[in-house]
Amino acid sequence: MTRIIGMIGALALGLAILAGTGRPAPAADGRVPLPALAAPAEGESCVEPADVMRRNHMEFLKAQRDETMHLGIRDGKYSLNGCIACHAAADPAAADPAAKTIEPFCEECHSYAAVKLDCWSCHNPTLTEELRAHLWDGSKKP
Amino acid sequence: MKTTLSRRRLLAGTAAVAGVVLAPGVTLIAAPEAEAKGASSDIRWGLLIDAGKLTPEACDAAVAACNAENGLEPASRADATAQWIRRIDVTDPQTGHGVSIPVMCQHCEYPPCADVCPTGASFRRADGIVLVDKHICIGCRYCMLACPYKARSFGYEDITDQKSYSPRGKGTVQACTLCVHRVDAGGVPACVEACERAAPGAMLFGDLKNPDSEISRRVSQIAVTRIRSDLGVEPGVLYAGV
Amino acid sequence: MAKIEFLEIEGRSPDYYALLGGLALVVVIGLATAAYVDHAGHIVTGMSNQIPWGLPHVFAIFLIVAASGALNVASVGSVFGRIMYKPLSRLSGLLAFALMAGGLAVLSLDLGRPDRVFLPMIHLNPKSIFVWNINFYIGFFAIVAAYLWVSMDWRLTGLSRPVGILAFIWRLALTSCTGWVFGFIVARQAWDAAVMAPMFIVFSFAYGLAVFLLILMVACQWTDRPLGDAVVRRLKNLLGVFVAASLYFTLVMQLTNLYATEHHGVTRFILFEGGVITVLFWLGQVLIGGVLPLILIWYPPFAGSRSAAGLAGGLVVLGGLAQMYVTIIGGLAYPQILFPGKQVSSGFFDGVVNGYVPSFWELFLGLGGVAIALLMIVVAVKFLRLLPLSLADAVADPHYRPAPAAEAPEAKAETAEAA
Repeated sequence: MTRIIGMIGALALGLAILAGTGRPAPAADGRVPLPALAAPAEGESCVEPADVMRRNHMEFLKAQRDETMHLGIRDGKYSLNGCIACHAAADPAAADPAAKTIEPFCEECHSYAAVKLDCWSCHNPTLTEELRAHLWDGSKKP
Repeated sequence: MKTTLSRRRLLAGTAAVAGVVLAPGVTLIAAPEAEAKGASSDIRWGLLIDAGKLTPEACDAAVAACNAENGLEPASRADATAQWIRRIDVTDPQTGHGVSIPVMCQHCEYPPCADVCPTGASFRRADGIVLVDKHICIGCRYCMLACPYKARSFGYEDITDQKSYSPRGKGTVQACTLCVHRVDAGGVPACVEACERAAPGAMLFGDLKNPDSEISRRVSQIAVTRIRSDLGVEPGVLYAGV
Repeated sequence: MAKIEFLEIEGRSPDYYALLGGLALVVVIGLATAAYVDHAGHIVTGMSNQIPWGLPHVFAIFLIVAASGALNVASVGSVFGRIMYKPLSRLSGLLAFALMAGGLAVLSLDLGRPDRVFLPMIHLNPKSIFVWNINFYIGFFAIVAAYLWVSMDWRLTGLSRPVGILAFIWRLALTSCTGWVFGFIVARQAWDAAVMAPMFIVFSFAYGLAVFLLILMVACQWTDRPLGDAVVRRLKNLLGVFVAASLYFTLVMQLTNLYATEHHGVTRFILFEGGVITVLFWLGQVLIGGVLPLILIWYPPFAGSRSAAGLAGGLVVLGGLAQMYVTIIGGLAYPQILFPGKQVSSGFFDGVVNGYVPSFWELFLGLGGVAIALLMIVVAVKFLRLLPLSLADAVADPHYRPAPAAEAPEAKAETAEAA
């Protein structure tokens, strides 16, 4: 019994040490600079406070996508296109430097956290004509 | 060495661990929004295609409109190019009579694609539109085998420049969405809109469950068929004159 | 019959390491191919919107069906009580496990989104036959592992019959479901048939036993462990029965379709007009996979020969691959009938027989799966006591009687009759 408690204690101590040393230090510490998010081009504030978004944006997006797919509720509070509309910025490194794309904005934190993004294999990250003009309202009513 | 743990201690310990583990998640469960509106089973979207009023050019216009609307570009190989709607020329070998009709996903009531999909990515919305949830599609292509209408295509290579309202990508299956982005905003599918210019009255979109809609009134007056009606999948696309 | 002993193989010869290295290389090539196809997209394969499944599925489904059948040898021993098969049960369990792992590896790596391979276990559609299959495969691994355990642990041999029965029933359900992957598809003329479930069961018996016989003969040969004629004879005779049954089911399916005018088109395609498909059907499935093995197994000039038995096993495997190709690719190549009785043409390949040319990537992926299975077998026999030390007649044959010198011909006749 003591042996088991001892092992758990050692494990907990080790994890605590790792957690302590792993906490992101200010950039002055050296290794990897903290992400620096650019201010959005549009809008006064995000749909949620920054610290709430930082922790939970993936959950919001996931819930929104299910609503959109299964219920057809588009332009909800957390829609991906909504994010793009505000946070897309001109990317000098992109193929088309004038096009505004949200990709660098997401990459800033995601590359820091080493979480690979899957969205852009299907979703267009650029602020397209149709997104800008919200052109998909359609014309004829049934 | 005695290893006794009293039941009380075990329960208390488990409850404490469970509480610590579950507490962060509870904050994310927001109160359900009051009556999330959206697709309802009071509606069944459908199409009526009158082959008698169609011309091959009108069919081609409908196909071109779909490709433009959804940003469908040719792939590196013709047989790997996605095609959500196509013109089929049907000829009766005995009489020689031929018609050209557009065929797309038939948005079945009992879709075989939704039956076979292992993750439930292929599903039927409450209002009758059959969609592929590409977030959970694993790209097994079993639905492509199962569809009686060859309606589905696969993303064989990297896709860029998608339309913002029509996401699609490599490794997942895609098909006609009945222009769900237009329909949800009160519009009509792009193919119907284009066909209306080329052959007025040939393609009609509407709510089959609403007895006052134009489509319901038309189908009550003329004989309509469904492709492979013997399969019993109850397509939402009805054809006249085929 | 003497007590059979099991021993790990020594596995220290240069040949063994060469075999390990060769198989590992094929596995690495297969994995690299999968990574390349995932990165570049399936456009680099020969698959298309008309033929969405290809050579990898041929290999994968063959391996899965053979895995189920390979466990049959153990079932004959544990469930049906045939004494001669009992010492073979450990190897049978190993083969079942390894072949299934190889087949599932190919299937998972060919997905359009292999990173989502575990999603069907968390987010599943209970009506999907794929989900039933996934559950059966996972259970299969657990049951085979349990079966190996009760076979090898002398304290649990009493459980080997109940676990064997469970494994047998599980296998029947699993293989039926694999047949239903095609049998449930109403959209394709070549499939939509209830007979596909029992047909796949009989195929699994034949392919599994053929693979088992081949690997047993090769393993005993390469480790210099005696393998008596009695075991080989019994196994090959049983293989003959299964091959004959496979031919019967093939005949039933094609003849039934030939009678119904509705299916004339697809049957004419497979039997006469299908090009590669027709060649693979007659030459591959029927001749190489059926008629030739039967001749090698039972035609008297060959009936006593061990190499004929081994060759028969190899031909059955080749015939099995051909059968899977005909079933899967042939079923997809034949056009779907949207308008029965009418002629159709379109820009999306309606109304035409679809062509398919497999790419090398698909071949490498399929072979990689085979190599995964073989690698598991080669490694397992070195670390676990799965291969019998001797299967000579004196040890393995329950009807063995030592031949007194004067009566040698009589004894031979008796053992031949008992086999």
